[in-house]
Amino acid sequence: MLTRYRSEISVGVALLLLCAVLAVRAPAYFHGDNLVDILMSSLPVLVIGIGMTLVMLVGEIDISVASVFAIAGVLAGSLATWQVPLIIAFVSAPLAGALLGAFNGMLVARFRIPSIVATLATMVALRDALRWVTQGAWVQNLPPGFQWLGLPQGAYPAAAAAVVLALVGMSVLALAYLAAGRQVFATGSNPEAARLAGIDVPRLKFWLFVLAGGLTGTAALLNAVRFNQIPGNAGLGLEMKVIAAVLVGGTSVTGGRGSIAGTVLGVVLLGAIGPALTFLGASPYWERAIQGAIILTAVAFDARRTHRASVSHSVVARSQRAAT
Amino acid sequence: MRLAITGVRKAFDGVHALCGVSFDLRAGEVHALVGENGAGKSTLIKILTGAHRPDTGTITVEGQSATHLTPALARELGIAAIYQQPALFPHLSVAENLAIALEAASPWQRVHWRARRARAKALLHDLDAPIDPDQPVGGLSMPEQQLVEIAKAVGADARVLLMDEPTASLTHRETTRLFEVIRRLCARGVAIVYISHRLAEVFALADRVTVLRDGEVVATRDRSTLSTDELIRLMVGRALEHTGPTAAPLASAAVALQLDGISSREAGLRSVSLQVRRGEIVGIAGLVGAGRTELAETIFGLRRLDGGTLRVKGDVVRPASPRDAIASGIAYLPEDRLRHGVIGDMSVAANTTLASLGRVSKAGLIDRGLESRTSDEYVARFRIKTPDRSTPVAALSGGNQQKVALARWLATAPAVLIVDEPTQGVDVGSKAEIHARLRQLAGDGLAILMISSELPEILAVSDRILVMRRGEIVGELQRAEATEEGILALALPDASASPAGPSLAASRPS
Repeated sequence: MLTRYRSEISVGVALLLLCAVLAVRAPAYFHGDNLVDILMSSLPVLVIGIGMTLVMLVGEIDISVASVFAIAGVLAGSLATWQVPLIIAFVSAPLAGALLGAFNGMLVARFRIPSIVATLATMVALRDALRWVTQGAWVQNLPPGFQWLGLPQGAYPAAAAAVVLALVGMSVLALAYLAAGRQVFATGSNPEAARLAGIDVPRLKFWLFVLAGGLTGTAALLNAVRFNQIPGNAGLGLEMKVIAAVLVGGTSVTGGRGSIAGTVLGVVLLGAIGPALTFLGASPYWERAIQGAIILTAVAFDARRTHRASVSHSVVARSQRAAT
Repeated sequence: MRLAITGVRKAFDGVHALCGVSFDLRAGEVHALVGENGAGKSTLIKILTGAHRPDTGTITVEGQSATHLTPALARELGIAAIYQQPALFPHLSVAENLAIALEAASPWQRVHWRARRARAKALLHDLDAPIDPDQPVGGLSMPEQQLVEIAKAVGADARVLLMDEPTASLTHRETTRLFEVIRRLCARGVAIVYISHRLAEVFALADRVTVLRDGEVVATRDRSTLSTDELIRLMVGRALEHTGPTAAPLASAAVALQLDGISSREAGLRSVSLQVRRGEIVGIAGLVGAGRTELAETIFGLRRLDGGTLRVKGDVVRPASPRDAIASGIAYLPEDRLRHGVIGDMSVAANTTLASLGRVSKAGLIDRGLESRTSDEYVARFRIKTPDRSTPVAALSGGNQQKVALARWLATAPAVLIVDEPTQGVDVGSKAEIHARLRQLAGDGLAILMISSELPEILAVSDRILVMRRGEIVGELQRAEATEEGILALALPDASASPAGPSLAASRPS
C-alpha cells in the first residue's frame, strides 16, 4: 500500500522538511498574509495542473496552456470593459479555454498529430495571435464588479480556494469511480489494449483536451480578477511550472501512472519554495535552480520506479510459480 | 565436449530459479531445452551469455573452467545468443548492423565501407540468404532479420549458438528454412542450444533433449528414446488429461454468429461465409497471411467491412469499432497478449472489468464492491494464481495473464467469443487448462471461434475446422475426419506438406 503512494509520500516529506526548516529559521513565513499570497499564486497552477495531469495520464501533453490562459484572461477582461453582463464575462473564460482545448483535441485525436507538436504549434500561434489582436495593450479600466468576482476582497481567497478544492475533489472521484477515469489509466498504460477493450481512445483524448482547456480558462479567470489590469502576455512560462508540478507529483511522463493528489503536493511544494528562499535570506535567483533540481529528482525517481516495477513483477511471477 | 555446466544454482531474492543444474553440449549437436514457463530456461541462457552470475557451480568451455562468465568473456569463447525478437538497429543497413557486432569499436577508426559491405555479402551468401547488405534492417522481414542475427553469430565465429524461441514469429516455410540453416551450422561443428515451446520442432530438430522443471534438470535424453506424451509428462510432472469435445453440440442449436459473403478489401477477405452455433467451437486453421486474424478483426470492427452481412443471434450487425462489436455481443481475445490483451500496470480486478465497466457501475459510478466480487468470481472459476485482486497483471505468469484476459471478455457476457492463438507463449500446464475452460464455456452455450496455428490444438479443441487460404475459406472438416495432413493439404497453396511438423504458422509478420 505504501509503495503505491511512494511519490506522493516523498513529496509530502519534502514539504514537511521545508516547513520544519522554516519553522525554526523563519517563523514569519507562516504569517497569514504570506500564506494567502502563496495560496493565491498557486491556485491557477493547481487548476491547470488538474487538466494537465489528466492529459498526461493518457500519455499526451498540452504545452499551449499558458497561451490559452492569456487569451481567456484577456477575453474575460475585455468583455467586462465592454459592459457585457459580468456573468457572461466570467463564463467566457472557461468557455474560450474549452474551445481552444477542443481545437488541440481535434489536432491530436482526429488528425493524429503528436500532442507535443500540435500544442507547440497552438502555443506559438495563439500567443502571437493575441499579441496581434491586442497590439500589446493591457486590458484596463475593469468595472468594479469584475475584481474579486464581485466578492468582498477578504472573502475572495476563501471562495477561490473552495472552488479549487471542489475541482480537486471532483477530479479525484472521477478518476476513481467513473468508467472514464478507469479508461484514462488503461489508455495511458496501453492504448492498443484499451482500444481493443472497447474504449474510444480518440474521443477520450479529445474530451480530456477540452477539459484541460476549460480548466485553464477557469484558472485564467481566478487569476485575472485579482488585479486591476490584465496583461496581454500573462502566464509566460506557466506551462513549465504546471508540467513541473505534475511531474514532481509523480505522474509518469509516459502516461498510465500518477494522481491528482500528487499534483496538489507538487504544486504546493514548488509554489512554497520561492518565497521560502526569500524568507531564509537566500538569493531568489536560486529559486529556478532548486526547482530544476527537484524536477530532476522526481523524474529520476519515476525512471527508477519504472525499471523496478518490471524487475519486481518478474520476481513475483517467479516466486508464485515456485510456490505452485 | 563443447560446453558443460555443473551444479549451477541461482536465486533471485531468495527464490530459486536454478537449483543445481548440470548440462552439457557436444560439438555439432542440437540440444533442445524444454520446460514450462518459469522452469529456468531463460535463466540458464542468461548464465551462459554472462548476463547473470550463478551463485554456485562451474562452467566449462572447451576445457577451460570458470565460476561465471561475463558478456565479453562469453563472446570471446564463441557463445552467441539469438532471441525471439532480433536485437538489431532498424535504421542502419545490414552491413552496418553486422559491423557493429564484428568490427572492433573505436570512435576514431576509419570505416572501410567496401570491406564492410564485402564481408556482409560473404556472410549472407554463406547462409544462402538473399539479402542486400545495403538495405536498412527495418525493411527486412522477421525471418530475414533472424538470418542477419545468425550471420552476426557466424561472423563472430560462434561455436555455441543459443536460440531462444527463434521460430515464434516465423511461418511454417520460414521455419523450415531456418532448420536448414541450423543443420548446416551443425555440420560445421557449431553446437546449438534450442529452446522452444513447440514440441514438434524439438522432435524435428534436436539430437538430445533436456527437460527443466522448477529449476532442476528432470532428464536428459536422446530424442530417439522419447515420445511426445513422455516429454509432456516430464515437463509437467504429471500426465495431462486430454480435453476433447464432450458431446457433439446439437445441430439444432441456435446459430450465434453467421457470416454471409463477408468481404473486406482492407483485410483482404473475399466472400467469407460461416456460422457458429451455440455450444460449438469452430477452429480456423491456415497459414500466416491466410487472413485468419484479419477475419477476426473484421468481425470485431477493427477493419472496414465492404460487403456481406454479419449476424449475431440472428440480428444483422455492422460493427465499426470494438465498442460496437462488444455492444452486439462479440468478444475478441487478441493474439498478442502483452501488447493488446492485458494492461500490465493495472490490477487483476481493473483488467477484468475494463470491457464491461457499465455492468459494474451504478448510476454511472463504478461499484467497487461489485467489481471486487466479479473479479474474485473469475479468479476462483479460472483458478487464476494471483496474490490478490489488486496485484498488477504484469506480475502474473503468462498463463494467468491469459486467463485474466479471457475473464475480461467473459465479463462482457458475449454471445460469441473469438480467440486468436489462445495459448501462444503459455506453458503446457496452463495450455491444457485454457483448453478445458474453452470446452466448458462452449458447454455453457457460448459460441467460440478459435484461430490457432498449432494443429494439435485445433484438432484437440474444435468441433469443426475451417481452413483459410488467401482471405477465403477453402474447406471445412468435421472433427472426426480431420487430420493434420488433411488440414495442411487445404492450407498450402501447392499442397506440399513439409517435414517440420504440425506447427503450421505463427504470429503475423510484423
